Amino acid sequence: MAEPTSTLYAAREPIFPRRVSGFFRRMKWWIMAATLAIYYLTPWLRWDRGPNLPDQAVLIDLANRRFYFFWIEIWPHEFYFVAGLLVMAGLGLFLFTAALGRVWCGYACPQTVWTDLFLVVERWVQGDRNARLRLHQQPWSLRKVRLKSTTWALWLVIAVATGGAWVFYFADAPTLLRDLVTLDAPGVAYMTIAILTATTFTFGGFMREQICIYMCPWPRIQGAMMDDDTLTVAYRDWRGEPRGKGLRRREAAADLRVTGPQIGGRSPMIPMPGVRDTKHAAPLDGPGDCIDCNACVNVCPMGIDIRDGQQMACITCALCIDACDQVMGKIGRPRGLIDYVALSDAPREAAGGAPKPAWRHVVRPRNIAYFAVWAAIGLGLIFALFIRPDIEMTVAPIRNPTFVTLADGSIRNAYDVRLRNKHGEARPFLLAPGATTEATLTIENRADNIVEVPADAQERVRVYLTAPPGSDLAGDERTDIRLWVEDTASGERAHVDTSFNGRDNE
Amino acid sequence: MSDNKRRVDPVTGTETTGHSWDGIEELNNPLPRWWLWTFYGTVVFSVIYVVLYPAIPLLNSATGGALGWSTRGDVAAAIAEVDASQADMRASLVETDLAAIDKNEALFSFATNAGGAIFRTNCSQCHGSGAAGALGYPNLLDDEWLWGGTIEDIAFTIRHGIRNEVDPDARYSQMPAFGDMLEDDQIATLVTHVQSLPGGADPLSGPGGELFEMNCAACHGANAKGDRTLGAPNLTDAIWLYGSSDEQLTEVISRGPFGVMPPWGGRLSEAEVRAVATYVHGLGGGEPQVGENTIPEGAGATDAAPSDPDEGPFEEDAPQE
Repeated sequence: MAEPTSTLYAAREPIFPRRVSGFFRRMKWWIMAATLAIYYLTPWLRWDRGPNLPDQAVLIDLANRRFYFFWIEIWPHEFYFVAGLLVMAGLGLFLFTAALGRVWCGYACPQTVWTDLFLVVERWVQGDRNARLRLHQQPWSLRKVRLKSTTWALWLVIAVATGGAWVFYFADAPTLLRDLVTLDAPGVAYMTIAILTATTFTFGGFMREQICIYMCPWPRIQGAMMDDDTLTVAYRDWRGEPRGKGLRRREAAADLRVTGPQIGGRSPMIPMPGVRDTKHAAPLDGPGDCIDCNACVNVCPMGIDIRDGQQMACITCALCIDACDQVMGKIGRPRGLIDYVALSDAPREAAGGAPKPAWRHVVRPRNIAYFAVWAAIGLGLIFALFIRPDIEMTVAPIRNPTFVTLADGSIRNAYDVRLRNKHGEARPFLLAPGATTEATLTIENRADNIVEVPADAQERVRVYLTAPPGSDLAGDERTDIRLWVEDTASGERAHVDTSFNGRDNE
Repeated sequence: MSDNKRRVDPVTGTETTGHSWDGIEELNNPLPRWWLWTFYGTVVFSVIYVVLYPAIPLLNSATGGALGWSTRGDVAAAIAEVDASQADMRASLVETDLAAIDKNEALFSFATNAGGAIFRTNCSQCHGSGAAGALGYPNLLDDEWLWGGTIEDIAFTIRHGIRNEVDPDARYSQMPAFGDMLEDDQIATLVTHVQSLPGGADPLSGPGGELFEMNCAACHGANAKGDRTLGAPNLTDAIWLYGSSDEQLTEVISRGPFGVMPPWGGRLSEAEVRAVATYVHGLGGGEPQVGENTIPEGAGATDAAPSDPDEGPFEEDAPQE
């Protein structure tokens, strides 16, 4: 890209990241293990809910419109819980981005995790960076075919397992697995697995950084949400420059007298010819800490040079920090030439001062506001979860017509009543109007006022309230009334307020 | 690309497109090549799609596509499929005794839902989508029936209609236009008399009673409770098909109402007639079959103890009255 190019389209340059070890790499291994374990194992967790309900701990039962999450069962009318969780996820991303930059991209994004997993396979079969580079540049040979096909076959196994794990969230996992093997599973299951296998295979194996750079909207959004106090992966250019080895290092030191140092590490770095920034100038009596070993570039899964400054392609996976720290250890310089830094600290550090402690960058009004809203929604959801009624009844008055006059002059109103039973066994619900309501209650096509609702089901009945002729209820235009429901087995009660329409013209 | 001389941006080393806006130049960063191939792929896809599926709109329709597929065809197939799946239900509906339909839960549910759909298509024009009727068009929700409210009665009415010239079996009766036979003041007396009947007045007493006995009792009965064999309405209840104001009753007595309903036996299948009858019967006013010992439906039919204001379990009631 450095050379002038006259093409409108460029082929992807394959990237062969070198293996690295260190604090951040270890953390990434743990996060990768945890996220993959959650993804693959969750559908296999069991949770006993009684004989009539599924025993899968996490199950999205689309056909029956139920969402099971351990002890929580969500019906479609309670979808606000899911909406609330999505809002929390969004605010959580805001919070983490404002505080720690693109940590989502660098550690937890499926694209990152699966690419990392595919790289493990690639490295295991083909060797580390140099071996892979050599293999890539070789003409096709039997060995190259064998190594590449082994890699791709292993990728394919992972991809199938990934697509396969997804469908287990939507049906009983052991049953579905048996059906999948015996070819008895529904077509949509195979279709879903096929699509997710294809996307996992191509995205993790071949597209990799292209997804992040060209397809994902998140880098742009995150770029707008970061500010100077955000802790992000950056190169301490004031410490590293002038970079170079041997003679080149000395020459670079001389050049600095003319060009001045780079400040802040922005991209692209704009030189300021002839400007000498004495305030922030690096000491000129020696070269910078960067020995231009390119370790940071070699380990980068995005194929970029972090020393060019902040750039959209950087997912802040922090592997360059580990790589550089190793080198600094070897040449006897303090770690952190590449590190998590806040850009607002750059001038202070360049002048030789100490940076603000990290917590002071994290705890600031913007992040506190994000956290407050995030926590408020979370507490609200938890509160809503615990005050969910055990008996649920909704009453919809029929308004076509609002009332019916019967032969003896009494006035009848009709209501569509829905009774929901979330228990694992059938429950008998007795319906009655409030005691002071001078109306009689009947249920269409039923001998008594008891509705038996089957386990985990909803029953809709049409309820008639009839006010005797001459009563206030029959004569007033509208009266607020209350309908009661009682579980006659347990004695639990609930009520719903509604209204009764009478004839007001007489 | 522009014809301008190509220039390389000194800062980034990237060639510019030659476009310049207020001195700001556009860098020529190449698109990824896979993007180009994806674009070509979509172009190829669209060509295949246009050949196979309806695509290009013409004056009256769109091009058909080689596969002959259409959403209309999908709908027709879906309807045919549902029709086929309901064939058993429809046969069972025709075979089952009308009064026994509600004993079979699945059949009753099918009949009620199908009947509701048929009602909204064919009946709601007069009787209203909520079946509440209108002035001159009976309310089907109440417990008053001119010609009988058992499911058999309702099915007969639907099949043959009322007072039409089309079906010889149609229920038929005609109230004379008393405007030609009675003086205006006599009609006014009758109106007042009839208005007093729901309040419990004796139909045969007073000046109006005399007129009633001579002119009305033959059909409406000496007790004014009507006669369903003639479709003569009960005049002692609270329901007035043509209204109960002075003008409305004067109009009815002077001219004689003549409400017509078309026969549906020829237009609806037997299963559909039975479905609508089930639906209408279940709207809250349906009457049990004579001699049938079923639960009373609709008004006043309750014996549930908890509804009793004094001894029910719901004494903690607190309506906002």
